[in-house]
Amino acid sequence: MDTKSVPLENKNKIEKNENETQSVVAVCLGTGGIAAGGDKVFRKFEDEIKKLGLDAAVGKRVCRTAKTGCRGLCARDVLVDVTIPGQEALTYEKVTVDMVPQIIDEHLIKNTPVNKWLAKEDYHKFYDTQQRLVLANSGIIDPENVDEYIARGGYTALKKVLKTMTQQDVIQEIKKSGLRGRGGGGFPTGEKWASGAKYSADEKFIICNADEGDPGAFMDRSLMESDPHAVLEGMIVGGYAIDATSGYIYIRAEYPLAVKRLRYAIQQAKERGFLGKNILQSDYSLDIFVKEGAGAFVCGESTALQYSIEGKRGMPRTRPPQSVEAGLWDKPTVLNNVETFGNVPIIINRGADWYSQIGTEKSKGTKIFSLTGNIKNPGLIEVPMGATIRQIVFDMGGGIPKKKKFKAVQIGGPSGGCLPESLLDSPIDYESLLSLGAMMGSGSFVVVDETTCMVDMARFFMTFCAGESCGKCPPCRIGTTLMLDILTRITQGQGEEKDLEVLEQMADEIKTMSLCGLGQSAPNPVKSTLRYFKDEYIAHIRDKICPTATCVALHRYEVVPEKCTKCQACVRNCPVKAISGSTKEVAFINKEKCIKCNLCYEKCNFMAIK
Amino acid sequence: MKTNEQSIKNETIDLSKVERILEYYKNTRGAVIPILQKAQAEYGFLPEPVIDHIAQSLNMSADEIIGVATFYAQFHLKPRGHHIVKVCCGTACHVKNAKALSSKVREKLKINVNETTEDKLFTFEEVSCLGACGIAPVVMIDEEVHGEVSPDKLNDVLDNYKKSGV
Repeated sequence: MDTKSVPLENKNKIEKNENETQSVVAVCLGTGGIAAGGDKVFRKFEDEIKKLGLDAAVGKRVCRTAKTGCRGLCARDVLVDVTIPGQEALTYEKVTVDMVPQIIDEHLIKNTPVNKWLAKEDYHKFYDTQQRLVLANSGIIDPENVDEYIARGGYTALKKVLKTMTQQDVIQEIKKSGLRGRGGGGFPTGEKWASGAKYSADEKFIICNADEGDPGAFMDRSLMESDPHAVLEGMIVGGYAIDATSGYIYIRAEYPLAVKRLRYAIQQAKERGFLGKNILQSDYSLDIFVKEGAGAFVCGESTALQYSIEGKRGMPRTRPPQSVEAGLWDKPTVLNNVETFGNVPIIINRGADWYSQIGTEKSKGTKIFSLTGNIKNPGLIEVPMGATIRQIVFDMGGGIPKKKKFKAVQIGGPSGGCLPESLLDSPIDYESLLSLGAMMGSGSFVVVDETTCMVDMARFFMTFCAGESCGKCPPCRIGTTLMLDILTRITQGQGEEKDLEVLEQMADEIKTMSLCGLGQSAPNPVKSTLRYFKDEYIAHIRDKICPTATCVALHRYEVVPEKCTKCQACVRNCPVKAISGSTKEVAFINKEKCIKCNLCYEKCNFMAIK
Repeated sequence: MKTNEQSIKNETIDLSKVERILEYYKNTRGAVIPILQKAQAEYGFLPEPVIDHIAQSLNMSADEIIGVATFYAQFHLKPRGHHIVKVCCGTACHVKNAKALSSKVREKLKINVNETTEDKLFTFEEVSCLGACGIAPVVMIDEEVHGEVSPDKLNDVLDNYKKSGV
């Protein structure tokens, strides 16, 4: 098999279709694409192309349809790329089944693109300003076809490693690249592999942590769905470096599509000799198994994850011994995150020197964020470390929809923190986020606008942590519940002045005394909101007001006359007709009729109801 | 999913299905979780006799198996509905008002979280994150993900499921 290396430069752009003699219609079929009806669009294209016998209609030009994985801009799904040989690919957005015949007729047959449905400028702003290295293949190749991965340089890193590098060489290269764990902690990957390689045993394991439990994060899911072989390749290289005898991918059961594609990729890799006995005729053998999780956030913690693979309750244990010494079934085990493995083939192919030029002094390479929340273009983005929050939110994300104002960004999920507007120009890397009171976490990036209550946000995360605490250590089990009680009281207007002090104190205690990362980081959302949005807490406690009118118990349901535009959205939507108003007079809420359903507040685009 | 009501009664539970699953995983280390997953897929939930049977053949106590089953959110010891309605309450869905979707389900199906409708058609669950945040707010019904759901849209979706029945 000839696996010529394809230059990886400028992979953001879909390359010109020069070598292809076929027109290609590529339909995005990630979870987002399928939810938007992608498989129906895909089938329609297939049917129509077959029905029209496009072969004949366009002379020698042969058409084929292709599935691709997630390209990251799920809000614009279904995305369809149409490539005519010799021309650049054009992207259609929000394609529905009804649009298919016209696209085929005008674009494929007559070669005149349907301009009105082509992706608009902000699609390109979102897509073209990123630096897509790990996501380079996502949305471009068919994830269920190993040949497409190989055609774009896939498995060349594995070949290079097995043919020309010793285990120490690989570890040195990864060390030199400065790659750090993308799962949250940011531990240097090379160091981890080096200590994993030190221990010898009859069995050694390499584990891919795909238990992406952070609410708001979906980069690992997308990567596995759209480029599963890249993850496998990184994992096999890692396995070789530490001399692992078998590997496990521990993945959330909530990701059925990713599970399916990984299983399929493993099977294909085995058929091609990239996996199994004597990989590519070398002495190295490795088998990889997929283990489905069963719904427990704490299993993202490495020791809990290992217990879960063993079939036990996923409760973390004290360390030492570290996993590299005695992990899965008490054997030396190295565990890395999906995205970390995704970086490995790139480093091997292009060299640590090249890789370490990207990013900041201590955080190298790129990071994928899942940009969600109150943002115009939610989706997956990959940026070099050191990009600022402003770039991500306003340049790529397109800012806040509905003319509302940016308030904060929540980075790092339940272990992370909320950062306010004043920090928009802060660069994002491991150290700077920690110093600001947030955390890289797995890379969830939730933007909230002025309508979101930060106390309620803190309560939301604490509810999550209290529910997901495994219950083993009391500081986390009891502490999170007590903090949640206080936060709930505050949002119900029963907070007391001393609550804030108690919260601060408990946050520190839980942080110091908890057994694992879940407990240690659980207070972060509270700490960061107390640090940047203390006035909101005080408003809830002292004035019994929720400034954003989110906390339903504190709503007064009054119209702010200066803000009311007399649009009557509230009047129309009130289920009990408690609101009067017209184009001439501002709305008025009759408190006797009002049932406090909150619908008027939700429908108002001008923050005129408090 | 075959949760017919008869299967709740112990004597009618067909243990040969779990027997086949156990046979398949005979030589796999740490297979408790996949065995429970497959068993639940067969029976719709984990009935007591099935748990006992698994415990016996793995040479573990039923307590240990129940310990594992109750630790993970995925496992259910009670029968569930034909369709599982999962409202995502992850961060992205939270800021896009997933609460309204939960209220819609409660109002429409007249059940609370983790309850099943009387006709056994729907079970309502809230989940932390389905990882489809780009199209928040999200509702997952069985294996199908519905994105950018509004209470009205959810109403229609649920109607469709109701119409097609079991």
